[in-house]
Amino acid sequence: MVGRVAPRSAGRPNVRLLPLWLTGLQTSLLSAKVPQPSDAMRAELKSSSRSMKQFAVLIAFLLISLPGRCAETVAIAAASDLVFCLEELNRQFTNSHPTVTLKTSTGSSGNFFAQIKNGAPFDLFLSADMSYPKELIKAGAAEESSLFQYAVGRLALWTMNTNLALTNGLKALLDPAVKRIAIANPEHAPYGRAAREALRHAGLWDSLQPRLVLGDNISQTAQFVQSGNADAGIVALSLVLSPKLANVGRWVHVPPDTHPPLEQGAVLTRHGKDNSSARDYLKFLQSDKAREIFDRYGFRLPTGKGPAR
Amino acid sequence: MALTSELWQALWLTVRLAFVSTFILLVAGIPLALWLNGRRSRLAAILEALVTMPIVLPPTVIGFYLLVLFAPQRPIGGFWLRLTGDTLVFSFAGLVVGSVIYSLPFAVQPFQAAFKAVPKACMDAATNLGASRWRVFWTILLPLARRGVGVGATLSFAHTLGEFGVVLMLGGSIPGRTRVASIALYDEVQKLNYPQAHAYAVVLLAISFLLVLTMALLQRRGADEH
Repeated sequence: MVGRVAPRSAGRPNVRLLPLWLTGLQTSLLSAKVPQPSDAMRAELKSSSRSMKQFAVLIAFLLISLPGRCAETVAIAAASDLVFCLEELNRQFTNSHPTVTLKTSTGSSGNFFAQIKNGAPFDLFLSADMSYPKELIKAGAAEESSLFQYAVGRLALWTMNTNLALTNGLKALLDPAVKRIAIANPEHAPYGRAAREALRHAGLWDSLQPRLVLGDNISQTAQFVQSGNADAGIVALSLVLSPKLANVGRWVHVPPDTHPPLEQGAVLTRHGKDNSSARDYLKFLQSDKAREIFDRYGFRLPTGKGPAR
Repeated sequence: MALTSELWQALWLTVRLAFVSTFILLVAGIPLALWLNGRRSRLAAILEALVTMPIVLPPTVIGFYLLVLFAPQRPIGGFWLRLTGDTLVFSFAGLVVGSVIYSLPFAVQPFQAAFKAVPKACMDAATNLGASRWRVFWTILLPLARRGVGVGATLSFAHTLGEFGVVLMLGGSIPGRTRVASIALYDEVQKLNYPQAHAYAVVLLAISFLLVLTMALLQRRGADEH
């Protein structure tokens, strides 16, 4: 193999040390001899640069003529425990508001908080707790009067392991067959915080901590369990009750009195304050239809309707 | 902007990951580069394309496939679990596999270019004088290509430091095991702990700059010698 190396470029600097996209940088670093274009090449370059300009104008025109942001679009940032529930909510909402386009993004509440605070173009924020929306209001990035509690989340202990004695509740995690336990990152995910408190309440936090793996958000945590990479996990009940996961693995409730309640708040952002469809969506979340969906996904419902105090 | 023990732990883990990955890339990448250079077959072209792919591939694609392959109920994940008693996902070993794949083109491409530039006449002369292939490699090929090999190693080291998507999908953010600096920074931002995030960012920025500067100096020296 050694003997067959091609003899080219002997004595010339190695202008191809780097991947192609770095050769520009490298050429300048090496100040290697760049071939001078002939007159014919110059003419060619000129005409191609003209057609490049035409092409750029065309692209710019296409981009500008794309439908811009109009009031009939609602951009929703939602905590990832809502990932499946939201599909159903949106279907229901679109039935009664056929002209409204909903654009939803799901992720960790902490991430959305930082993005919205820095001006991300979301109209609504459906957090997995109350404190992130309240912080947004404090920062002037959301409208105070719009804040309300739309649901109270619940935890479930979930596993793909068929032998785990789930009737023991969280104590089942002491089984040596359970090598990895997934929870959401308690440092920034509300569901992770609740899972940590439930483990503390059961007196298991210290002994189980070396076996914990932390999901970036609650749906990644569920994915760790569902893929079998974690032997068990403490996840949102709303995920394991979704049609997609309903018959996957086994689960038990984590008693809600073992952790602070997962009160989830929705708020209209500064970006969405003039968006009447976004306000309609908030109203819809408090309707009986929406509450029926939340109920089906295992959420407990806040008793009082209307804005929180 | 206190440099806490957490920060040092994450940085040390990151540097360890980069070192181990770079070492593996040197040991595996050099023979691979030589093999690819010496072959004109379609198979080699396909392999070369595969090796180059991580440059354009979203890291989440790599992360997703590894996550699926590493699951304990799959052959690879199961084999590793029986061998070590530990899962590949959420482990340092799993991150090393991810990093090696992720940084492969950043090592192999410069290696290939460097070996191609070594004059064939030098090697032919050595061979005619009775040197074995092994000796030609150690005394002619590698010394003449050392700068390109250095660039490849530095690039893959730097690229592994910058790894984020693959680790996010495979890691599980375990302190001291899989919470590398880029992930720790991301976690701090989500915790709204901006001063700590700044601490990570500044250190990563400084290390990256030093590495790229090293590379530029290596190449300048290389150019001056010609």
